Amino acid sequence: MAKRIEIQQLKALLDEGAQLVDVLPEAEYGEEHLPRAVNIPLKQLDAATTASLDKTNPVVVYCWDYL
Amino acid sequence: MSPRAACRLETLGFEQVFDYVPGKVDWLARGLPTEGDKADQPRVCALARDDVVTCSLDTPVDGMAEKIDASPYGFALVVASDGKLLGRLRRSNLAGVDSQTPAEELMTPGPSTVRADLTVDELRKRLDDRDLKTALVSTPEGKLIGVVTRASLDT
Repeated sequence: MAKRIEIQQLKALLDEGAQLVDVLPEAEYGEEHLPRAVNIPLKQLDAATTASLDKTNPVVVYCWDYL
Repeated sequence: MSPRAACRLETLGFEQVFDYVPGKVDWLARGLPTEGDKADQPRVCALARDDVVTCSLDTPVDGMAEKIDASPYGFALVVASDGKLLGRLRRSNLAGVDSQTPAEELMTPGPSTVRADLTVDELRKRLDDRDLKTALVSTPEGKLIGVVTRASLDT
């Protein structure tokens, strides 16, 4: 099960080179996103769209907020 | 949305999946850098100044009036040891009180704050609507970042 993390853990993971995925719609990603995040909207999340990610390295997902 | 995305990645074979549940709003509220078309919007975090007088709950108010008078603001802020904002000590509350009175007894608790990601235009409107001259900026955990003056929004 995916581990829920807060800001400090996120920063540590990013410092270690974790992959960061913004799962918001493309337009929202385009307006503003976290540095180095790639955009794979939730509705498009599948084997093909995630093929460029490394399955053995940590990957962090985020959206807008808790909802 | 992100919990479902995290679950989906695990089903796709990703071995170490983490979910930053507080999300973009949390990142923005901390005044951290972003990328994108709207990343350059001026935000209050860039204008927040940390030159306000601060003290702890048990700090005697002796000498506090002079410190406030020497600062750009008409108040001091009472903060916890971890930086969380607890109260505002107005200059007008210090007149004629025992100098050993702790700040806790004279402060106004729970002052309103704004988040660091608020845009300058949003804050200007908020302050003007309420006829306020300053805004206190805090992190999502309530830690004081600084103070923004209404005048600084027009410079």
